[in-house]
Amino acid sequence: MLNVLEDTTVNPVEPFLRSDRMPHIWCPGCGIGTTVNSFARALIESKVDLNSIALVSGIGCTGRVAGYVKLDSFHTTHGRAIPFATGLKLANPKLNVVVYSGDGDLSAIGGNHLIHAARRNMDLKVICVNNLIYAMTGGQTAPTTPGHATTSTNPYGTFEPAFNLPALVDAAGAVYVARWTTFHVRQLSRSISEAFAKKGFSFIEVISPCPTLYQRRNKMGDGLDTMKYYKEKSKVKNGANTSEVGLTLNGEIAVGKFVDRERLDYQTLMRAQYVESLGERYIEVSGEAAPEMECACG
Amino acid sequence: MAKGRVSIVVERCKACGFCVEFCPTHVLALSSAFNSKGYHPPHVVHPEKCSGCDLCGMYCPDFAIYGTKAPADKRPEAAAAKPAGGEK
Amino acid sequence: MKADPRGVLTGTHFIDGDHACCEGALAAGARFAAGYPITPSTEVVERFASRVPTVGGSFIQMEDELAASIALQGGVWGGAKAFTVTSGPGFSLMMEHIGYAAMTETPCVFVDVQRGGPSTGLPTLPAQADMMQARWGSHGDYEIIALCPNSPQECFDLTIKAFNLAEEFRVPVMFMMDEVVGHMTEKVVIPPADQIEVFPRKKTHKAIEDYLPYGTNGDMVPEMAHAGEGYKFHVTGLTHDERGYPNMTPQTQDKLVRRLQNKIRAAEDRICMFEEEGLENADVAVVSYGITSRVAQRAIDLARDRGLKVGKLRLITAWPFPDKKIADLAQRVRAFVVPELNLGQMVREVERAAAGKAKTLAVPHAGGGVHNPDEILNAILEASRC
Repeated sequence: MLNVLEDTTVNPVEPFLRSDRMPHIWCPGCGIGTTVNSFARALIESKVDLNSIALVSGIGCTGRVAGYVKLDSFHTTHGRAIPFATGLKLANPKLNVVVYSGDGDLSAIGGNHLIHAARRNMDLKVICVNNLIYAMTGGQTAPTTPGHATTSTNPYGTFEPAFNLPALVDAAGAVYVARWTTFHVRQLSRSISEAFAKKGFSFIEVISPCPTLYQRRNKMGDGLDTMKYYKEKSKVKNGANTSEVGLTLNGEIAVGKFVDRERLDYQTLMRAQYVESLGERYIEVSGEAAPEMECACG
Repeated sequence: MAKGRVSIVVERCKACGFCVEFCPTHVLALSSAFNSKGYHPPHVVHPEKCSGCDLCGMYCPDFAIYGTKAPADKRPEAAAAKPAGGEK
Repeated sequence: MKADPRGVLTGTHFIDGDHACCEGALAAGARFAAGYPITPSTEVVERFASRVPTVGGSFIQMEDELAASIALQGGVWGGAKAFTVTSGPGFSLMMEHIGYAAMTETPCVFVDVQRGGPSTGLPTLPAQADMMQARWGSHGDYEIIALCPNSPQECFDLTIKAFNLAEEFRVPVMFMMDEVVGHMTEKVVIPPADQIEVFPRKKTHKAIEDYLPYGTNGDMVPEMAHAGEGYKFHVTGLTHDERGYPNMTPQTQDKLVRRLQNKIRAAEDRICMFEEEGLENADVAVVSYGITSRVAQRAIDLARDRGLKVGKLRLITAWPFPDKKIADLAQRVRAFVVPELNLGQMVREVERAAAGKAKTLAVPHAGGGVHNPDEILNAILEASRC
C-alpha cells in the first residue's frame, strides 16, 4: 500500500514483520516500533540466520513484539519469558534466543528470573524496553518508575526507590549491559549486533516514551516531545559504573555500553563439568531432532 | 536528481512526527491529508534534499516510511563512477 | 514407534516409585526436565539429573516452580520431550503454566507426588488431595489428562503412557502419584526398548507457506513445528486463530476453547483406563485410585470373605473422569464406596456420574497416612445395607 508509483523498493524492516498484522496496536508516539527497526537492522548487519532465531516475549506492550515479528516467536506468560527462553536454548543449543520484553515484565514479576539468568550467564539476548510504567494495563507504577512520578496506583506521586536495571543485571553477572533510548536508533542497533556476537547474558535497556500514560500523566508532552527530551538529557557514558546510571524524573539519562566482559556462558560451563566428570559417557545435547520427534504417520 | 527517495505507507501512519523531526535535511512535513484512521501522514516537501539515509525509516514506530538510495546510475556522482556491481 | 534404547534401563530393578517414574520418562524419550526441589518428589529429578547427561539430554534446576513449569515448555518447543516434577505447594505455583500448556497445546507431563496439605502441610506424608486441583487448578475452560499409578511398576509404565498421551493430544498430562507410591520400593521390570511403544511428536511435514500452527484437518489436534526449523510460527496464550495470531473475539474463543475441550472429550473412551474386577454382579463397587486402591483391595477381600458381592473399579485415568463407566455401573450396583486420602474429591465425580441411580459413600481421610482397611470395610458393610 504505497503511495509512490512504480516503487519496487522494500522497507528494510518489512521482511521481519508479519505484514498481515499491520497496523500494530502501539499508540502514536510509542517507541516500541522504533526499537523493532533497530532490532531488524541488527539482524541484517550481523547476518544471523533468521531460521535460527527464537524470540520470546512476556506480557505487556513490549510483549506484543513477538506477535509482530516474522520469526519463531513465543508470547508467554507475564514475567516468564526468560525461563521459557532458557528451556528453548537448553533443548536446542543452536538457537539464537532473544527475549524482548518490558520493564515491568522483566524486573517486577520476572525479576527473579532476570537475576538468575544473569547469574548463570545463560546465552540470551535480552532487549528490555523501559517506558518506566506498566503501560498495557493502564499506567501503574513499575519498579523502574522514577520517584515523584504520577501513576494510576500512585496518584499522589511515587515514593519508592526505583531499580537501576543496568546495575541490577551487572551485579547479577551479565556480560553485556547497555542502555540507549529510542532516540539512539543506530547505537541501539549496534548494541544488539554486539550482543548477537557475544555468548552469554546480554541486557540492553531501551528507554522509550509511553505518551498515553507515563508522559501524559506527568505532563511531559507527547512522543515527539519525549524523543527531543531524550536527545537533550542523554549523555553517552560508555564504560560507566552501572551504580551511577540510575534514572530520575527530570535528570540526566546516562546511555552507552556499560559492561562488556568475558565470562564463560552456562552451556560452556555445563559441558566442561560433564566432560570432566563423565568423560566419554557424556552425550551432549545435539539440537538435532531425535528419532521420536519425527512423526512416522506422515 | 536526489540521492534518495522516501516511500510512505499512508495507512500505517499515526502522525507521531518522528520522521519530520529527525530527517537531517528536512525533507518531510505532516500533510493536511487524512488517512482512513484520521491521522495526517507526512509528505515530501523537499524531495531534492533526500539522501536516502533512511533515518525516517529507523525512527518510524509504525513502519510507515522508509528512505532508499536512488539506483547508482541515476545518482549525480555516478556520472564519473565505474559501473556499480549491484544496488545495496 | 519403539523407544530409543539409550534411555531404557532394561532389567529387573528394586526401586521406589520416584525412581521408576524417572526411568519411565527416559524410556518415553524425555530429554529435558526443569525442576525445583520439593519433598517427596525430588528424587525423580535427582535421578534424571544423574541419568540424562549420558543419554543426550539436559536437566536444569530452576529458581522456582514458576520458572520450572515454563522452562519445560520452552524445552518442548525447542524440540525435546519434557516434564517437571513437584508436590502440592509447587503444583499450586505451576497452575498458570498448566493453563498455558493447555492453551498453546504444548505436549508435556507434570508429575505431582501428592503430600498432605493445604499449604506446607505434611511434606513427607501422603495425601490424594490435589485431584480436583489437577483438573480445575488453572483459570478458564481447558481439559487435561490425569493418571494415577498405584505401584512403582506403574510409575514406570504409566509415565510412558503419560508422555504418549501428551504427544497424541498435545495436552499437559498430570501424573498424580502420592508420597507412598513415590517412596515405596518394589520390583520394577523394565523391558527391552523394542517392547516399549512411544508416541512420536506430531510434527508437521507441510511446506512452510502452507503450515498453519493451529490448523486442524478434522482430527482436532494440530501438527507441531519446533523453533529453528524455518516455519517462523507464532505461539501465544492469547485467544488465537489457526495462524496462531491473537484474535480476541467471542467467535474465535468459542471455536478454540471448544476444540481444546473436544479433542479430549471425543477420545474419552480411548483415554480412560481403569482396572475392574468382580463388577459383573456386584452389589457394591469400590472406586479407588493410587495407594488407596491397594488398601481397598484388602478391604474388598475381607468383605468377600464375609460373603458380600463387592466389585473393584480402580481409576487409572482420573481425568477425564469415566462418566460413562460410572453411569453404567450405577444401573447395576446398589452403592459406590469411594475411599480417598482427602475429605472428598473424586467421590463428588462418582456421585455426579451416578446421577442418583446408586448411593455413593465417601471414605474420607485427612491425609498423612493410609486408611486402615477396616474403615473401608465398614463403609462396604454400610453400603451393602443400602
